[in-house]
Amino acid sequence: MKTLTLAFRSLRNRRTTALLTLAAIAVSVALLLGVQKTRTAAREGFANTVSGVDLIVGARSGQLNLLLYSVFRVGDATANVSWETYQKVAGRSDVAWTIPLSLGDSHRGFRVLGTNLDYFRHYRFAGGRDLTFETGKPFSDLYDAVLGAEVAQQLGYRLGDPIVIAHGLGKVSFANHEDKPFRIVGILARTGTPVDRTVHVSLEALTAIHLDWQSGMRALPGARVDAETARTMALTPTSITAFMVGMENRVMTFGLQRAVNEYRQEALLAIIPGVALTQLWNLVGIADTALMIIAAFVVLAGLLGMLTAILTSLNERRREMAILRSVGAQPRHVFTLLITEAGLLATGGVAAGVALCYGLIAAARPLLERRFGIFLEPGGLTGYDMALLGAIILAALLMGALPAWRAYRNTLSDGLTLRV
Amino acid sequence: MNRPTRPDADPAAADPAAPDPSGAQGAAIDVRDLLFAYPRKPPLLDVPSMVVARGERVFLRGPSGSGKSTLLGLIGGVLVPQRGSVRLLGTDLATLSPSARDRFRGEHLGFIFQMFNLIPYLGVLENVILPAQFSPARAARVAGGDLAAEGRRLLGALGLGSADLLSRPVTELSIGQQQRVAAARALLGRPEVLVADEPTSALDHDARGQFLQLLMDECRAQGTTLLFVSHDTSLGGLFDRVLSLADLNRAIDAGVAA
Repeated sequence: MKTLTLAFRSLRNRRTTALLTLAAIAVSVALLLGVQKTRTAAREGFANTVSGVDLIVGARSGQLNLLLYSVFRVGDATANVSWETYQKVAGRSDVAWTIPLSLGDSHRGFRVLGTNLDYFRHYRFAGGRDLTFETGKPFSDLYDAVLGAEVAQQLGYRLGDPIVIAHGLGKVSFANHEDKPFRIVGILARTGTPVDRTVHVSLEALTAIHLDWQSGMRALPGARVDAETARTMALTPTSITAFMVGMENRVMTFGLQRAVNEYRQEALLAIIPGVALTQLWNLVGIADTALMIIAAFVVLAGLLGMLTAILTSLNERRREMAILRSVGAQPRHVFTLLITEAGLLATGGVAAGVALCYGLIAAARPLLERRFGIFLEPGGLTGYDMALLGAIILAALLMGALPAWRAYRNTLSDGLTLRV
Repeated sequence: MNRPTRPDADPAAADPAAPDPSGAQGAAIDVRDLLFAYPRKPPLLDVPSMVVARGERVFLRGPSGSGKSTLLGLIGGVLVPQRGSVRLLGTDLATLSPSARDRFRGEHLGFIFQMFNLIPYLGVLENVILPAQFSPARAARVAGGDLAAEGRRLLGALGLGSADLLSRPVTELSIGQQQRVAAARALLGRPEVLVADEPTSALDHDARGQFLQLLMDECRAQGTTLLFVSHDTSLGGLFDRVLSLADLNRAIDAGVAA
């Protein structure tokens, strides 16, 4: 049957309304798909922040707090882990490697992380990818610094540039370690994780720049240790903020976790990053579920617009239906014709919406990566996306059944009478 | 789909040229003892008999409100009488399922209405070949199977041959031209019966005469039975026979008497 052609021609005859209806559906579908895509990207980016780390150990606080400051560089530790305890855990036979983390200073708003070379060896992100150097190499001299990609890009740093670390956090600092400047020896490749926004130095360097500081106060100018003298002093830290642990055998993870949590000499907490990340995501995820619900309602509004447009067209089309009947069309043809119209509008709207969404993503991608470190890899339409779009078309067909039914009833009662 | 007897399974109905073996049995239109009323209304039509022979051209006079449109609805099979029968080409419409009646109508009947006969979003030619989209039997009866050629031939016979006209949107045609396009559509695929409901009432005097002449010529050429309904008695002279609905319908007298 040529119902499809008839429906198409009929829509083309009312093209202004049809195009507006289609545009409303397209915009709503683009929004829904866009939210869905960002949500997936955000969740993946989130889960990919750290990988291959079996445990994170810090002073006893909340699970999320420890995760936030150790992995996301957000917030502060309430207390430190003593160097002896760290050494004790690192020396266990079931522990393959550890990465010490010492936080507390900053450089122009970016966190400074004190660590050692194991960081570059063992830190993994995005399902096991290694940290790689865009240029340069890991720190070797006491006053060497390695920058995350974002830090280098935003501040315009190159290899060899000197940088001064500020005492404490905050974008503007009144207490700088200007007497012990660092030299940039390496810039990491972009990871899309908080690593990009971190300045890395050695643990010893952090000890060195804090030699003059006792209980938060700086020594008087005459009593200060200069940069070169500092090199000769004992620079092993007395404590670190937290550390990451890689096990020889992952099965042992729970044993170590229990041992750390029950450690009597010091109040410690060991968390499994995957579990904590999921917990954190459940918290953050409420926002994107809310967004998704809003987007779904916008789609519903778009479909209601379509329903209105078709319903209002019915009265002026009773004549058309009577003519069709006079040439042999059955009421079910009329029903099919109107359902087909709804289907065409919805399918066209969904297709345009998908195109619009991909277009917008392509346009916004460079900005998102540069400004927010969000890697929006749109990829193809996933099975879930397809199911979502299919559900929209199905909903449109179901809604289209209402005007189709009305037209069917009209057709039966009008018969061959042409109503003007 | 429904499966009662297909109307075209009746050999008398399938071939209009076949001799009529049983008199009124095979008449084009055979209305017997018909009674029709809309729900909760007094009877509108009470017609003991109305017969139109095959190939006959009949003028049915009826002022508006006389139940004319209802009678055409009964003949077209969109309405079913409470009593009596409407037989078209020997087939009692009441014995068919609603969708079989729709198919029967599409296959054997052509309609022309008072005005606005055309689907506004289809072209002239597309409007003419529309019946073939819904009725394979009518498409099959087009010689050579070339619908467009037959559509152009009919339009030419009705004085709408120019290519310029064919390419115009139907809404830009004059009413006279629109009615001729409607006539071409009603005649496409040689339906046995053509029902015209006040097709000329929107036309001026000259256009009316021209339209009627062309319609009669083409009906004669195709052997089509024509039931022409109008309130304008001045046209009656052109037809084989003139019927008056007022004479046929006893319900009107009853209504007046009451």
